[in-house]
Amino acid sequence: MNLAMIWELAAQALQMLLVLALAPLVLGVTRKIKARLLRRIGPPTWQPYIDIWKLLHKEAVLAHNASWLYRVTPYLLFATTWVAAALVPTYAINLMFSWSADLIAIVALLATGRFALALAGMDVGTAFGGIGSSREMMIASLAEPAMLLVVFSVALIAGTTQLSTMASIFINGSVGLRVSLGLALFAFVFVAIAENARIPVDNPATHLELTMVHEAMVLEYSGRHLAMIEAAAALKLTLYFSLLACLFVPFGMATGDKNIDSVLIGLMTYLAKILVLAVLLPIGETSVAKMRVFRYPIFLGSAFAAAALAVFLLFVSRSL
Amino acid sequence: MHNINFDVAHLLAGSILALSFVLLYQHRITSMLNVFALQAIALSLSVAWQAYIQEAPHLLVTAGIALAVKGIVIPTALHRIVRRLGIHRQIEEVIGAGPTMLTGLGLVALSILLVLPAGQTVSLLAREDLAFALAVILLGLLTMITRHNAVTQIIGFMSLENGLVLAATGAKGMPLVVEISVAFSVLIAFSVFGIFVFRIRERFDTVDIGALDQFRGERRDQT
Repeated sequence: MNLAMIWELAAQALQMLLVLALAPLVLGVTRKIKARLLRRIGPPTWQPYIDIWKLLHKEAVLAHNASWLYRVTPYLLFATTWVAAALVPTYAINLMFSWSADLIAIVALLATGRFALALAGMDVGTAFGGIGSSREMMIASLAEPAMLLVVFSVALIAGTTQLSTMASIFINGSVGLRVSLGLALFAFVFVAIAENARIPVDNPATHLELTMVHEAMVLEYSGRHLAMIEAAAALKLTLYFSLLACLFVPFGMATGDKNIDSVLIGLMTYLAKILVLAVLLPIGETSVAKMRVFRYPIFLGSAFAAAALAVFLLFVSRSL
Repeated sequence: MHNINFDVAHLLAGSILALSFVLLYQHRITSMLNVFALQAIALSLSVAWQAYIQEAPHLLVTAGIALAVKGIVIPTALHRIVRRLGIHRQIEEVIGAGPTMLTGLGLVALSILLVLPAGQTVSLLAREDLAFALAVILLGLLTMITRHNAVTQIIGFMSLENGLVLAATGAKGMPLVVEISVAFSVLIAFSVFGIFVFRIRERFDTVDIGALDQFRGERRDQT
């Protein structure tokens, strides 16, 4: 019995370390593909690892008036994002801590990290940090209702908000063809683009532009603090990829006993799914232009409308 | 309940409704026309599926009419009108995209709330079709009243008519004569609209409906 428990723990630990190890690579792949699409050679795919390693060994420069909040925030952000990313089922469901993998809890964890980061952006009192924080909060206030409606629509289909149970329901295909799932996917992709500060909402590759959001907020950070923030950004991207894979294409996950075969199949399909998404994202990014800040409400409003429509459609087909 | 008949019908009717929403916030006339054509194609697919479920071959005629007239003829004709008027590149500012969207959601909720208690006795599929159809009709009306341009108002009207067809096919035993006459009246309405658009254009050098208000002296403050 103890041995079984150790195996369960090992499976859970594997998932936690997997997302952490994979996150910079995912970021590196998207950057490489994007560079190739723009006919540049681009940095090697493992460049994010090197960047984080370099930042960890650099001196952290603090402003004179920086408070404790400013110093704590990077670690808090990294911790909440890592916990959220580790809770999303990747290669197998029914892991040891799967009972706590609630979709609403994951949304709340991400919101906590964002709240701390927005506070830290305003802490030193520079103009850039303030404008970044205010824009980030504007995007959050538009994206989070849409995200919660996406959560409600998939939860109404599955009858639970627990990711592990959801994936096991979607995996056996008893849900059938549903337009609600398509609308929820559409809204989820829009929210994920806005949350990860990708084009057309934000440009992750620029510094010192008047339109930037996330980079403006973390402009004051350096050294190990910046390393934590960069790692958290990579983890967040991986989290959204795994969430999309878990909710909308859960096929291939290890469902029953965790023997070597099923775990290997689960790992392979997970890596393949993430790779496909990491290629699709830059293709989408290079085919659209960055939009003006004043157009964000329309962009995220359409995501909100799609998610709300998904919930309404479920009500019609359900209520008897 | 998980039979494929219901799922596909749900998918098609739901996508018609979703396309109505897309129509609501398009601000390029040409893309709006394309979305309208797509909606008509979804409608004809939905009607054809109903013909298969209800084993009513005359619905296939309705599907054919919807596809030919509203999927191909009217969008092509509107494309030509827009090109002849020289407004195919024009961007129409939709009045308050956010509030429009919220109003649209409210209308969908309203139609669902209206139809659900009213249709307790009919089958789930027919009731769902009715709810969607009512929502599409209301959204078509909303599209009409949020637009300045006469051409986009026509598209709003046509999408409203899509809702009518959806309602008609959802109910069992609608005679073919009614559907054909509806289709023809839409064609006639379309030609009347076409002539009307050119008349407006002749008079006011624009197809912006705001010019009419100004002419009547109702809106002196703006443009």
